Amino acid sequence: MKIRGFFEKESTLSVLGSVCAVISGLLISFIILLFSDSSNALAGFGSILLGGFNGGLKGIGNVIFQAIPIIMTGLAVALAFRTGVFNIGTAGQFIMGAFTAVFIGVKWTFLPAGIHWIAALLGGFIAGAVWAFVPAVLHAHFQVNAVVSAIMMNYVGMYTANYLITNTVYNAAKNQSKAVAATAVAPKAGMNVLFPGSSLNAGIIVVILVVIILQVLISKTVFGYEIKACGMNRQASLYAGISAKKRLVQSFMFSGGLAGLGGALAYLAGDGKCISVVDVLAGDGFTGIAVALLGLNSPVGALLAGLLISYLEVGGFYTQVYKYPVEIIDITIAVIVYFGAFAVLVKGMIRKLLQRKGGKE
Amino acid sequence: MEYAVQLKQITKRFPGVIANDCVDLSVKKGEIHALLGENGAGKSTLMSILFGLYQADAGEIWINEKKVQIKNPGDANRLGIGMVHQHFMLIHNFTVLENIILGVETVSKGFLKMDAARERVQALSKQYGLNVDIEAYVEDISVGMQQRVEILKMLYKDNDILIFDEPTAVLTPQEIQDLMKILKKLAAEGKSIILITHKLNEIKEAADRCSVLRRGRYIGTVDVAEASREELSEMMVGHKIELHLEKNEAHPAGCALEVKDLVVKSRFSNKNLLDHVSFQAREGEITCIAGIEGNGQSELAYAIAGLLPVSGGQIILDGEDVTDKSVRYRNLKGLAHIPEDRQRYGLVLPFNLGENMVLKQYFMPDFQKHGFLRHSEIQKYTEQKIEEFDIRAGRGTQTTAGSMSGGNQQKAIIAREIGLDRKVLIAVQPTRGIDVGAAEYIHKQLLAQRDAGKAVLLISLELDEVMDISDRILVMYEGEIVGDLQPEKITVQELGLYMAGSKRGNTR
Repeated sequence: MKIRGFFEKESTLSVLGSVCAVISGLLISFIILLFSDSSNALAGFGSILLGGFNGGLKGIGNVIFQAIPIIMTGLAVALAFRTGVFNIGTAGQFIMGAFTAVFIGVKWTFLPAGIHWIAALLGGFIAGAVWAFVPAVLHAHFQVNAVVSAIMMNYVGMYTANYLITNTVYNAAKNQSKAVAATAVAPKAGMNVLFPGSSLNAGIIVVILVVIILQVLISKTVFGYEIKACGMNRQASLYAGISAKKRLVQSFMFSGGLAGLGGALAYLAGDGKCISVVDVLAGDGFTGIAVALLGLNSPVGALLAGLLISYLEVGGFYTQVYKYPVEIIDITIAVIVYFGAFAVLVKGMIRKLLQRKGGKE
Repeated sequence: MEYAVQLKQITKRFPGVIANDCVDLSVKKGEIHALLGENGAGKSTLMSILFGLYQADAGEIWINEKKVQIKNPGDANRLGIGMVHQHFMLIHNFTVLENIILGVETVSKGFLKMDAARERVQALSKQYGLNVDIEAYVEDISVGMQQRVEILKMLYKDNDILIFDEPTAVLTPQEIQDLMKILKKLAAEGKSIILITHKLNEIKEAADRCSVLRRGRYIGTVDVAEASREELSEMMVGHKIELHLEKNEAHPAGCALEVKDLVVKSRFSNKNLLDHVSFQAREGEITCIAGIEGNGQSELAYAIAGLLPVSGGQIILDGEDVTDKSVRYRNLKGLAHIPEDRQRYGLVLPFNLGENMVLKQYFMPDFQKHGFLRHSEIQKYTEQKIEEFDIRAGRGTQTTAGSMSGGNQQKAIIAREIGLDRKVLIAVQPTRGIDVGAAEYIHKQLLAQRDAGKAVLLISLELDEVMDISDRILVMYEGEIVGDLQPEKITVQELGLYMAGSKRGNTR
């Protein structure tokens, strides 16, 4: 009886849905491995499953390090979803945040060591928020579909960032941004001791702080109450006297800010990480959508989903050892997200199963 | 006796509920059989099974004494079963005739043959006294005539078993009278009629027998002539209820809400949805806005609440002009509002009961501190309201609003709005879709608010409700107030004439 109660809970069912999605994605990637080269399929699959642990603590540290930007964009998408808006503009917000952070990192060397990094992060946050302002206002005040305007802002962001980089902080030899000053590089904050040899830095602490802040904001504050009300029932929020338009713009900008912060964290990592001037949208922005979907739009869920996807990406990298193309892992992640949408179906099936059992008892 | 329909031991489960639990129903040939039950009793589910929209989990369907399988509405149609839904299934820019033949067109070499169809429809219309203009476009004819078109559709398809789902909800008293006559005529011609309703008057008036469902279970079948209204309602609800409210005299005091020359323009045409509406609602009085659905009552409520922009006129709340003020300002100034659509406006369904209970107060110091919600205070307040208003919620304050029954959702809204303790209470259709027991409770609450000196503005489509609890009736027709009446001095028939726009009085 207790077990049934556990399974009938909405939250349990939702998590089960996500777990099923992950398993289905992995199974299908195994099938693809079998088709492309059956002799190495098991070994390749093994490296997807366990590759993240290659290199022990160093490997784990790098998994976490790679997860930082996608957790941030995932949090951005999740927050916007809570207000009922699909923020597909994270790629643009991400790259604008990244540029602003790098610009501050390169140019504002007058700032002292402790402050410089934080100022650059804040700059990234603000730039992302500003970039989200346009679709937010168009959506809230002029009923322009946020998906359309946000996608366009992605391209505007990409080209703007390229233009600004080539005119301000350009390293022409490598066709990328200049390296930021040492004072703007994320401090290690003991991570090099915990995960020796990995690139992990204090960025993960920022991520965890943001997760906690968001969790509290959503569940405990008046602001969270209002944005949830707007997202779940716009009419009822108007009826309650909430200025839905204002809240929509605010939460959309907040979401953009988080994506911008993700960009800042990604490119203030040191180790020669610079923004390449290429005509490609920032992939981390779109991965955020997958992270949010898989994490069921909750901050903690996004944290876990971001780690998982990063883990699979690292593992997928090692499938190249067995001559598989690295894209195999992109397919896996795509399938996971795809099955994430089936989570509702899975929920329904589990419920039906329980009912049938219930009828016999 | 020959039976047209026999449903035997029908069981239908939905996730979390048993909508029909071993239900029996036997309808004789040529009778009008009422199916009575509260909302959520399983009437519509049962009829949807008969009409092939759902499949029963268990049980048998017998039509004309033969066991049958009904897998879809097409099967039902072939067996002669037709249904008039609550919301008509008509194509508005088609003529009546085109609507009637839709799906059963008479065709020759790919061309429509309308003449034969026209003759037949006209003959049917005459035979049953339906009085339908078959060349008119559906968008141009009255709701009552649209319903008769639906009846013609069934007759044209030679249906012998006719299901009517709450057919009177959209009609004026006169139209209801006409419908009852038509139903009797249909039955006299040998059609078997199932009438889904929760209105006792109609059952007494038209039905031969009546089957009662309660919470998915079959309670019994009675001969209408031998059962009193009280007995029927007791079968339906499961306990005795007062059909007529004890109501003491009103003591109206000062004006709490005044509407002056209010105009709301339609976005789609030049018509005014509200056409220079003026009235006052006084403290200690229930002012009722009566009218047929869609004559501007909804717009009036939304305009007063600040949810619909007005194009002209004034709204004066407690002596202050609030025409240009925000929703929040009006709420705080003295407005409580039980909205027409409780799921779209009244509640945030994914929120729990506690969060919904403070929807208009969460920002007050009682429930927040430095921007953080005081969950324990919210819980305490909600528990108190659950107790006070007898709200049934499985998991208390944590119950998701969307999982509660319609009646309890409405009680929650009423608890919240009355709990605000404002001078003016606007109640729009507070008992729509709610069972008799809960409706009675809501009426008592409204009267209690009146006696506590509040100005209650009741907007209702239910005539019984209008006549029973209001102290003053304003009738709206096409966006205008066409009558200012006293319930004691007027009959239902007279009120119906005002509502239909065929009579108007001095409204100033």
